[in-house]
Amino acid sequence: MSTVVLLVVTGLGLGALYFLIASGLSLIFGLMDVLNFAHGAFLSIGAYATWWASVHLPGAGPDGLGFLVSVAFGVAAGTLAATLVELGVIRPLYGRHREQILVTVGLSLAVPALVQAVWGADPLQFPRPALVSGTVPLLGAAIPTDRFLLIAVAALVLVGLLLFGSRTRYGLIVRAGVEDRAMVTALGIDVRRSFTLVFAIGGAAAALAGALGGLYFGVITPFQGTSLLIFAFIVVVIGGTTSTVGCAVASVAVGLIQQFANYYTVAGLGDIAVVIVLAAVLLTRRGGLAGVTAGRVA
Amino acid sequence: MNVDTDTNRAPGTSATAAATPVADVRRPRRVPGWAAPAVVAVLLLTLPFSTLPLPGVLEGTLNSPATLHLLATCLVFGGLATSYDLLYGRVGLLSFGHALYFAAGAYLAALLMGTLELPLLWSALIAVVSGTALSLVLGAVSLRVSGIALAMVTLAFAQAGSILVIRDPGRLTGGEEGLSLNPDTVPGAFIGVVNTVNLYWLAVAYAAVAVGVVWWLGATPVGRVWRGIRANEQRVSVLGVNPYPYKLAAFTVAGGLASLGGVVYLLVAGGVTSAITTAEFTLTLLVMVSLGGAGTRWGPLLGAVVYTYVDHRLLQLAASDVFDTLPSAVRAPLSQPLFILGTLFVLLVFFFPGGLTALPGRVRAALRDRGRATTAP
Repeated sequence: MSTVVLLVVTGLGLGALYFLIASGLSLIFGLMDVLNFAHGAFLSIGAYATWWASVHLPGAGPDGLGFLVSVAFGVAAGTLAATLVELGVIRPLYGRHREQILVTVGLSLAVPALVQAVWGADPLQFPRPALVSGTVPLLGAAIPTDRFLLIAVAALVLVGLLLFGSRTRYGLIVRAGVEDRAMVTALGIDVRRSFTLVFAIGGAAAALAGALGGLYFGVITPFQGTSLLIFAFIVVVIGGTTSTVGCAVASVAVGLIQQFANYYTVAGLGDIAVVIVLAAVLLTRRGGLAGVTAGRVA
Repeated sequence: MNVDTDTNRAPGTSATAAATPVADVRRPRRVPGWAAPAVVAVLLLTLPFSTLPLPGVLEGTLNSPATLHLLATCLVFGGLATSYDLLYGRVGLLSFGHALYFAAGAYLAALLMGTLELPLLWSALIAVVSGTALSLVLGAVSLRVSGIALAMVTLAFAQAGSILVIRDPGRLTGGEEGLSLNPDTVPGAFIGVVNTVNLYWLAVAYAAVAVGVVWWLGATPVGRVWRGIRANEQRVSVLGVNPYPYKLAAFTVAGGLASLGGVVYLLVAGGVTSAITTAEFTLTLLVMVSLGGAGTRWGPLLGAVVYTYVDHRLLQLAASDVFDTLPSAVRAPLSQPLFILGTLFVLLVFFFPGGLTALPGRVRAALRDRGRATTAP
């Protein structure tokens, strides 16, 4: 029983991490038709900026309010990077989806390599606030506290994104743009400004995932984002590529499947199991759970 | 990117360009269509007999084992990039999982020769047939989605293969160490430094097969449907042709050629490592194809040869003391091959759309524009 509880909470924590990455991906993909490979780079930037701030930035540190400052710095760095990428390399290739993908592929290779050139390939110890360092007993299982933090943050981001989508003017434009970009443009609304906004939001979420991923794994490495990104892609396809709620459901499913399969079978099979689920979803529900993908052509 | 990359015309169709001189002011092409392949073939086949030293470009003479080995690697990747371009450049399918079929060929052949001690020919045959079957099955599933979702799904499958190879649950693949070639089952002609020239012939043969198959299929009715799918898939299906089997055929042929390339790579490199299973490796293929020019006759081969050569030279430079004189802010990024690869990619998209094979045309167009500007002010 205690094992199952531990696996469920850990799986939910991993799912929370996936959701933070995949929500930005699915927003960017839904609105812009861009498969953003650079998302993993934003994650690395967020993780390393948080780490750097906790060591070097005055007022920031591994504990309490200082950690919040560090994470805020990391998220700001990720947001800034995403905004610059959108303005600098994505926007000039407006409407050329394939070239946009290629550019993000280039960035996804170059940025982590640059991080590695500066801070080395070895894993760096990530600062861990005392508040989330221990374990909490729950139904007989000792659960690491940071898992609850991950789940809480992901839930907050989910609520925030849903409110952004339903209550704000930009959310309305983004949702309409996902449905029919040509029509929104024809109505005289500048969709490009919401592109930049969505990219910035995605970068912020990815950077947050980088900081929380540092907590989850205890260490950060330059190419951590790249491996997490692939599961985020799977989440996006299973979740149906454009729906935030579908994305959340798929994240939780993928996180749980991975944890349970890794524990009860050979380690590594959990990752394969996720891919098998992906194949099954594709075979039975063409275009993912929300079924929007099928008609899209790159 | 698809603009004006369709150089895969039958030799006779260039006559239409001559018939409409208004549209095209260039001279009609007098060189027959088989001339370029013949020249390249003769060049490649005579290379090992040349003792030409190329200081600065190559380390030894042209027929030294080190150079032949480098050239063989270039050609294997050239054939592989050509097979990838069958999907990417000719049908417009963006796959991020091509490494899987290459790795399947290499690993299966290595396993069959290593653990079962089957002779090379049988191992190669079984590996290629299995690799082709794998691409047929996975292609059938992946092609249920199209566009960007296809990229994600193929990436996911390839990643599953990569995890399987690296985690090595069955103690077969050697994890990150990889497998080495079992010399007992390989004919003596392919073993040892003296026989590097035979491996070179093998690589030439593979590149010729890959290029030949892709060109030949491009000229058949199937190839015409592929071009239609690349231009506008919806229009093809409206015309009453179901694109799915054609896309699956391209996926299977490309996968089969890739697994054949894997077997050749196993022989040339003398083993396999998990590096060829990763998503980065497929992205490298994408760089090669984009560098040379996607969807063109020679682009993928040329791009792969240039890329592999430059990559090799950069590694040599990084190992030597050339970079030591540079300030560390410059040296550190330059010592990261992936940084150079990624930056090259971004620059390619912005400054060389169409790749190397489109360069002569772009230069010619620029000269013509300048000529017009001077003659007609």
